[in-house]
Amino acid sequence: MEMQAEDDTLEKEVHETELEIKNAEGLHMRPAMQFVDIANRFDSEITVSNGETNVDAKSIMQISMLAATCGTKLKVKAEGADAREAVDALRELVEEKHFDEPMPGR
Amino acid sequence: MKLADFVCFEATIPKLQARDRDGVIKELISSLDEAGRLGAAKSAEIGREVIKREKEASTGMGKGVAVPHIKHEAVENVVAAIGLSGAGVDFSSLDKQPVYSVILLVSPVDDPDRHLQAMESVFTHLQREKFRSFLRQCRTPEQIWDLILEADEDPSL
Repeated sequence: MEMQAEDDTLEKEVHETELEIKNAEGLHMRPAMQFVDIANRFDSEITVSNGETNVDAKSIMQISMLAATCGTKLKVKAEGADAREAVDALRELVEEKHFDEPMPGR
Repeated sequence: MKLADFVCFEATIPKLQARDRDGVIKELISSLDEAGRLGAAKSAEIGREVIKREKEASTGMGKGVAVPHIKHEAVENVVAAIGLSGAGVDFSSLDKQPVYSVILLVSPVDDPDRHLQAMESVFTHLQREKFRSFLRQCRTPEQIWDLILEADEDPSL
């Protein structure tokens, strides 16, 4: 029974983080597609919230509903065996690479 | 932002003449131009830019809808045209299916936040099955406009 419980914990790994949109144009369609592409590489269920709307990170239509402007902070939550890797990959895209787009004033 | 804030009533086309993607884009841009919404800008040039953008990555999001868009100096506020095609148009959509409803947006170059808010408004409704199906059934500009006003008032549509 104890082993079973451990397995369950592993499978239901949950990771949550807050990501700030840093590129000047915000999460418009091209970056949104990059975001959805990365999310789809993982088995975990991934949701994104802007505080008002909670959407599926793997759907381009839903991500487009976030109106995530520059400076918006999004809560990203991944649940599944590869949750940590998923959150790390999305953080790299949003906060480190800022979608390979310019930041404000540059 | 509400749909009625940026959709141009004179540029709602319930029965598109064009049968292909580029033709649909040109038809919608022309209707915005004829409605006087593109100022002195050359509509042909804007059409070419929208098509170029579309070739880089399709805005056919699946479920029979496409949202071609461009940021252009011609406009100070976001403006949108809506076109419906009974036959369906190949937009190289993500789900490889034809597109029946096209919402084309022209946004100002220096106001990325307004563009995102307009897109939010568009997709909030487009991702609802009921709205997509009602939109496809519209036969006159008045019906499209009524649907837009209704959607703006009813968050579940």
